[in-house]
Amino acid sequence: MEKQPFNLIFAGVGGQGNVIASKLTALAAVDSGLKVTVGETFGASQRGGTVMSHVRIFQGDKIVGPLIPRGHAHLIIGFEPLETLRILLTYGNRKTVVIVNDRPVYPLNVLSGDAEYPNVEEMLVTMRDLVEDVKVVQATDLAFQAGSALATNIVMVGALAGLNCLDISAAKFEAVIAGFFKPEFKELNITAFKLGMKAVQE
Amino acid sequence: MGIENVKLNLPGREVLLTGNEALARGALEAGVKYASSYPGSPSAEVLDTLAKLSSQFNLYAEWSVNEKVAAEGAAAASFAGMRSITVMKADGFNVAVDFFTSLSLSGVKAGMVVVVSDDPSAHSSIKEEDSRYLSKLAHLPVLEPATIQEAKDMTVQAFTLSEAIGLPVVIRCVTRICHASSVVKLGALNNIEVRPELKQKFLTNPQAHVDVENKLREIAKTGGGCLYAGPENAQTIIVTSGPVYTYCLEALEILQLNGEIGVLKLGRTWPLPEAELYNRLKQAREVIFAEEVEPFIEDNVASFAAFHWSELNPLQLYGKRSGHVAGPLGPGIGELNTDVMIDSLIKIKGLNYQRNLLNQDKVKHLEPLPVRDRAFCAGCPHRASFWAIKSALALDGRNGFVLGDIGCYAMGRGRTGYFLLSSVHSMGSGVGLAHGFGKLGQFSFNQPVTAIVGDSTFYHAVVPALINAKANNSNFLCIVLDNETTAMTGHQPHPGSGRDAAGNPSPAVSMENLARGLGLPVYISDPYDIPATVKLINSLLTNNEPQVLILRRTCALVAAKREKRPKVYVDQEICLGDGCGCNRFCTRVFGCPANIWDKEAGKARIDEAVCVGCGVCVSLCPQGAIKVEEV
Repeated sequence: MEKQPFNLIFAGVGGQGNVIASKLTALAAVDSGLKVTVGETFGASQRGGTVMSHVRIFQGDKIVGPLIPRGHAHLIIGFEPLETLRILLTYGNRKTVVIVNDRPVYPLNVLSGDAEYPNVEEMLVTMRDLVEDVKVVQATDLAFQAGSALATNIVMVGALAGLNCLDISAAKFEAVIAGFFKPEFKELNITAFKLGMKAVQE
Repeated sequence: MGIENVKLNLPGREVLLTGNEALARGALEAGVKYASSYPGSPSAEVLDTLAKLSSQFNLYAEWSVNEKVAAEGAAAASFAGMRSITVMKADGFNVAVDFFTSLSLSGVKAGMVVVVSDDPSAHSSIKEEDSRYLSKLAHLPVLEPATIQEAKDMTVQAFTLSEAIGLPVVIRCVTRICHASSVVKLGALNNIEVRPELKQKFLTNPQAHVDVENKLREIAKTGGGCLYAGPENAQTIIVTSGPVYTYCLEALEILQLNGEIGVLKLGRTWPLPEAELYNRLKQAREVIFAEEVEPFIEDNVASFAAFHWSELNPLQLYGKRSGHVAGPLGPGIGELNTDVMIDSLIKIKGLNYQRNLLNQDKVKHLEPLPVRDRAFCAGCPHRASFWAIKSALALDGRNGFVLGDIGCYAMGRGRTGYFLLSSVHSMGSGVGLAHGFGKLGQFSFNQPVTAIVGDSTFYHAVVPALINAKANNSNFLCIVLDNETTAMTGHQPHPGSGRDAAGNPSPAVSMENLARGLGLPVYISDPYDIPATVKLINSLLTNNEPQVLILRRTCALVAAKREKRPKVYVDQEICLGDGCGCNRFCTRVFGCPANIWDKEAGKARIDEAVCVGCGVCVSLCPQGAIKVEEV
């Protein structure tokens, strides 16, 4: 891992499972002998608002704060296209890598007809125009395929592992996921993880 | 992260902990025996964690009815010789502060720690209060952790300090400590067994004020857990506290000023660590203050410096008072971060620095990007309640209104609650306001008055207001949105839940019996049954006395975990789309995030990834196009 700290942002909408995704990543990092600082916002923001988890992975004894400065994200993992674009604009630079789930979660003002949700294809084109590396993952569909839309976040963690940009092995991620969920949900989440991994490697 | 790491008996081991878990671990390392709290973000998980470990560590942990009672219980344990911790958010500290202003005068015996969580930028709060002012007012020392490691270490130190001086000690945490996580080196667990006994009196008297001032003067002379980073002879220093320390370090690194500007981080921010501060001020020419939220350190250090003016160099002070250290909304407003510190340093030092950002013009064709308002979850019973209340008030036609307070339902001020709330202040304050409005009838006031409260809030702060309303013959409808849990902070139990903090069965205090005992008429309805609820509310609005209506339905997040969800779908053969004349009622008006618009078909649809199967929209569709299929 050449970047110190490696700055990763999980971006999405409250309820999509950001906190669990960042927690699993942080646990896998620590189990791999790395250090990590995670900044989360939850509480009221969790209720349908924009949510972000800042995950900063590093080595050695260094004080690393919980928030990533603007323009300093190395990787943005977006659970929803609009929030991915929004967060990319603030935290991204030309070299930022983006993994995005292309299924929208519509804001209330869009549902009510007071605002227009941008065309998803156009957003993806814009992201590709902004940065060099954008990977699209049909994470919600893959999660359904694994057994539940709730596993969308785990598909995205799988995509992160598949990218192989951290010094964390896929086996380490898998072990952390296996240990995290109740036995009855273990298989579903491992399947989701593997589908996500495969999706970025194709 | 997780309970397994918190209880690990391996001193020296480095594990991942959240800030809240680190605070709990620190308490366990200090041998805490009594823990109490009322749930509030961002610190709710401290007691959640201690409660889960209570039997294993032989400690008592409770969710108290409110923060004042929580603090009093913890003080009792301290009086009896057992270390105690009480945890609250800033709003709750306001509730408890009446007790703390006296408690510092009587003093305490065993170490007593008060964790107060502030929420700069109000991510999960009504306001971004800076609680340090009240700690100072109550004569309580304040420690502020800058990292997750410090959150643990300072908790242990706070117990020692509290015991040494006989005062409760406040640990002031912000959201970026409580909800952050990092690697923490564990210390040894301490499971000392103490036999509690009250052996002395804890009274307040005029002499006590003299004593407490003397104690604080003594503390000011001791080291304050300061850290200093930067050149020893720096003429410009930043004085900071909490996680802002980490933002300062990173901003200086990015601007390549770390060889020039020093950073002094105060661990104890009240009373100020005078010797360490004096030494740094003595060498400085410029001092920059960086802290969240208000200029607390800034004003106190400026005052301290003024008393030493003749011994110091001429000093230029920069901070919120000068306007230099400020986020986008202005000085003293909002959370700080590395970017705010970069911008502040650019202003102060007149630097030329360009960020490596993306070309924002490339998204012009997509703008404006729609904002994302907070919203009730899919299937939330509050949405149904708000719809029913709105409908009933409209039917009544006398311009009735709804007074609110804090909780998930405070979101009812926005689109998700149809902009229904006319007031949002503090726990239960809608009911006190309703009482006031209810007494305006003698001046020809004739609008129907309703107040909504949550079930946990009902026990916390509503009961005295209801007693007042009954005894003074007021006139309003108090509506309890009873979702059978404290939802906003993570589903903690309350006195009506029938289970304690550790999840064991406990006596439930019935809110309807309590209200009936006050002589108030009590009605109960299921908010999912909108037609019946509208009819009931409408009929109650014409009564002229204080009344209680309980709208009872389990929080959708809890229900989704324990029940199979029925499948709800739109029969697009029946849905008339824009030809219906309903103005897309389900998506545009009712506003459940699971009700979406199928652009291609021009019909309504249910988002199966979001829907929890509550079926409320089924009864609202004028065409009956929404169907439920039990699974």
